[in-house]
Amino acid sequence: MTHAALISRESFVELGARERARALLDAGTFRELAGPFDGLTSPWLERQGVVPQGDDGVIVAKGRIDGQPAVVMAIEGAFQGGSLGEVGGAKIAGALELAAEDNRNGVPTRAVILFETGGVRLQEANLGLAAIAEIHAGIVDLRRYQPVVGVIAGQVGCFGGMSIAAGLCSALVVTREARLGLNGPAVIEQEAGIGEYDSRDRPFIWGLTGGEQRFATGLADRFVDDDAVAMRDVVAELVNAPVNAPVNAPVHAPTSDAARSERYDAYLQRIDQYTAHDAIHQPDPAMVRRLYGAQP
Amino acid sequence: MEQLRFEYAAGAPAARRVLVGVVGSGDLEVIIEPGTAGTTSIDVTTSINGYGRVWDAQLTRVFSAEPRAAMKIRIHDFGATPGVVGMRLAEAFEALEGPDAIGGAAASKESA
Repeated sequence: MTHAALISRESFVELGARERARALLDAGTFRELAGPFDGLTSPWLERQGVVPQGDDGVIVAKGRIDGQPAVVMAIEGAFQGGSLGEVGGAKIAGALELAAEDNRNGVPTRAVILFETGGVRLQEANLGLAAIAEIHAGIVDLRRYQPVVGVIAGQVGCFGGMSIAAGLCSALVVTREARLGLNGPAVIEQEAGIGEYDSRDRPFIWGLTGGEQRFATGLADRFVDDDAVAMRDVVAELVNAPVNAPVNAPVHAPTSDAARSERYDAYLQRIDQYTAHDAIHQPDPAMVRRLYGAQP
Repeated sequence: MEQLRFEYAAGAPAARRVLVGVVGSGDLEVIIEPGTAGTTSIDVTTSINGYGRVWDAQLTRVFSAEPRAAMKIRIHDFGATPGVVGMRLAEAFEALEGPDAIGGAAASKESA
């Protein structure tokens, strides 16, 4: 981006979750469900001495994208690291289930999930895990009818069980600020040692798990500038793309345009290539790009 | 974590609902709903213990400055300084009077 472009654009990353949802929906169509005035705060946080948030860190908004019915689920990364507990998780899972139900009733509701999350909220443990499993099931159900588009804009990134949710999406959009990984850097450092993974080494972390690398290795489908208008346009394109696979296609017959999670065999082969040759060396970003090459 | 409650004299109930802020580091969330005529109640949940007198001083200054509509206010604080508290309240009061409060027209109708 030029200086002029940087100054004139509206950043998407700097927007809060509610404003991000609003930026993606057609003007005037934003309608929040299970919102901050509905008394759905976490029943568990205050008992553990943690201040709750009125919407439990998840915004669910119905509206339209390019005139088509859509639901946007946005996670607020600033609240408890975007962690998902019982209430916030149920809001996303419920919204996905209702969108699938819409489709079964002839209303073509499509979905966008704005990931900004470290995964399960540790204070809510199994309830968060259960909610995330329901989110996974909800995405797989809905994506048969309409695209479920995931966005990782930054700055928290997307980790834990919600990184699996990102992998299940019909399409995934990232920016340069985004990070995507099953385990967060601090967790890997704690488990594997600082010699293997230094969580303070930002170029190293972004080199392996950053949006640019994830796009280059085919684990994300679009790489966009941090620009609210550009983000809206890309999301609108993806969310209104026709769903290729027939609704009742057997899960074990993946085609080249099947969902990423159905092409797991191609990914396993790439990992086999690595372990067959020199698994004694830690992969660097360039090696991962060579191994993954073009999107399988 | 500590919970505090304050009450101030007020006018007629506020016309709508407003939400500003986020429960993020050094910030706070202010949730405003119409109150019962004559009284504004403020429930503060703060992550920092022992600052009841500072909250009292800051809120008393804000709510004695000029007469305001009756509100039921919930504050979820994650270590905001008094300055940030003042700015978030000012933002909320502005949204309360402006055209694009969260909840908007639907909220006003519900409360009417």
